Amino acid sequence: MTVLVLAEHNNAALAPATLNTITAAGKLSDDVHVLVAGSGCKPVADALSKVKGVSKVRVSDDSRYEHPLAEPLAALLVNLAGDYSHLLASATKFGKNVLPRAAALLDVSPISEIIEVESDDTFVRFIYAGSAIATVKSKDTIKVITVRATAFDPAAIEGGSATVEDVPAADDPGLSSFVGQDLTKSERPELTSARIVISGGRGMQSGDNFKLLEGIADKLNAAIGASRAAVDAGFVPNDYQVGQTGKVVAPDLYLAVGISGAIQHLAGMKDSKVIVAINKDEEAPIFQVADYGLVADLFKALPELEEELNKIL
Amino acid sequence: MKVLVAVKRVIDYNVKVRVKADGTGVETANVKMSMNPFDEIAVEEALRLREGGKASEVIAASIGIEKCQETIRTALAMGADRGILVKTENDLEPLAVAKALKALVEREEPGLVIVGKQAIDGDNSQTGQMLAALLGWAQGTYAYRLEIDGNSLKLTREIDGGLETVLLKMPVVITTDLRLNEPRFASLPNIMKAKKKPIDVVTPEELGVDVTPRVETIKVSEPPKRDAGVRVQSVAELVEKLKNEAKVIG
Repeated sequence: MTVLVLAEHNNAALAPATLNTITAAGKLSDDVHVLVAGSGCKPVADALSKVKGVSKVRVSDDSRYEHPLAEPLAALLVNLAGDYSHLLASATKFGKNVLPRAAALLDVSPISEIIEVESDDTFVRFIYAGSAIATVKSKDTIKVITVRATAFDPAAIEGGSATVEDVPAADDPGLSSFVGQDLTKSERPELTSARIVISGGRGMQSGDNFKLLEGIADKLNAAIGASRAAVDAGFVPNDYQVGQTGKVVAPDLYLAVGISGAIQHLAGMKDSKVIVAINKDEEAPIFQVADYGLVADLFKALPELEEELNKIL
Repeated sequence: MKVLVAVKRVIDYNVKVRVKADGTGVETANVKMSMNPFDEIAVEEALRLREGGKASEVIAASIGIEKCQETIRTALAMGADRGILVKTENDLEPLAVAKALKALVEREEPGLVIVGKQAIDGDNSQTGQMLAALLGWAQGTYAYRLEIDGNSLKLTREIDGGLETVLLKMPVVITTDLRLNEPRFASLPNIMKAKKKPIDVVTPEELGVDVTPRVETIKVSEPPKRDAGVRVQSVAELVEKLKNEAKVIG
C-alpha cells in the first residue's frame, strides 16, 4: 500500500497544510510519496525530500503546471493513480478544486476533509457545519481524500531523506488558463497556521475599526480573521473569513471580538485550544464555547488590552 | 444558450441540527427544509445571465425525493423557466449526483451549468468538479465574478490567499461562492406564476445512471461538547489568566 500526496505550493515554497496532510498519509502507510507539479518547482521538491515520513518525491516540472489549474493537475493524478491505494491533498481551496475532478475521472467517490483515519478504508469527518460527526467507509479500490489540516500535526521539515524522481507531464486538456491573481498582502502569519488568531465580527462596525485589532495582532504575532458578517459587510476581504464556508483554524489562542458566535463561525474555530470572547451582549452564543468571556464594549476593551499586553510583552 | 442550475433540498440553515439517537443520521422529521443557500446564488446568477441577454432559458434540476419539487418551485418562483426532478428515494452521494446531472446535460445541451460550491448538509464540495470531469468540461469553482465573452468565460474565483482570475473554454461548470451575488426573493405574483411552470420527472434508471453507493456511513455522532469557561471582570484579569493560567501568552 502506497499513498500519494499532492503538494500545494507556489513553485518557491510549500503550503504549510501539505505537511499536515503528509502526517495523515503516514497513518495509512509507511510508504508516502509526494507529487510536486509545478514550473521551476525544484526548491519545493528539495524541501519535501527532507520532510520526515516522505519516502519519494515525484516531480513534474512543466510550464503547464506553473499555476494550479484543476484540469491539467487532475489529468496528471489520473496518470499516476494506478500506483497508489490512496490519493490525498489538503482540504484547502486548492485540494478541494483538484481532487474531486481526479476522483470523477477515476470513477471514485471521494471523501472530503477528514479529521481522523480509523483504518485504511474508514475515516471520520464533520457534516452539517460541525453539528455532527460521520464515520464513513469507502468501498472504492483507490481512495481519494482531502484532509483538514488542523486535525493533524504538521510533519517535521527535517529528518527525512526521500528519493526524488521526475515524472512526465500529462496531456493538457487545454480547457483553462491563468490570467492573474490578487493576493492579500500581509506581514502577519498565515491565518490557518498562526499560533494566535484575533478575529473581528459585525460588532467592529467598520473596516477602519479593524485597526484596533492590528496593534494587538502585532504584539502577539497573531493572524487577523473575521466572521462572515464582517466580510459580508465589506469590513475586510473574503480571505479573512473563519467558518464553515471560510477557513478552519485551530490555534493555541483564538480571540473573538464582537462576534456573536453563529454556528457557521463556530464550525471554523471551535477546535482552538483556548478561546476568548469579548462581546457586549452577555447572551451571545460565543460565550458558550469561550474559555474566558469578557462582557465589555470592544471599543473600550481593545485599547485596554493593547496597553496590558504592552506591560508584559 | 441554455443554463442548467442544480438545486438541493437541505435542512434550513437556521435550524439547529440534531443527531438521531440511533446514530444513523440527523433528525429530518418535522424539520424546516429549504434550498441550499449556495444554490440560491446559482439560480440568481443564471437569471442575471438571462436578463443580460447571455442566456435564453434557465432550467432548475433537483435530485431526490418527490418533495424536492418544492425546491424546484422555489427556483421557478425566483424566475427559472422550467424544472426537472430526478426522482429517487436513495440519498445519492456527489458522484452519483454528478452522473445524473451529466445525463441531464446530454439531454438538454446547456452551454453552462451552475451549482453551489457545497451543500450545507454533507459539506462535501465535490459535485461541480465531478460533473465537469465527467463531461470533459472546464470547471470554474468558488466563483466570485464571471463574465462570458463568446466562447470563453473569464472567472474570478476565491482562493485561500485572495482572488484568482482564470480564462475557461466554454461550456463550463461553475460552482458559486458566497459573494457572487445577492439572491432575490420571490415575489408573490412570481410564486403564483411558478405553479404553472412545468417540472419534468425522470428516474436515474430512465437516465441510465448507476447510483450504487461507494461510501457507507457507519455512524453519525454528536461532536464533543465544549464547556463554557469562566467570565472575567476586566481586561487586566483576562491578560493575567491568559498568561498564568492558560499560559498562551507571555
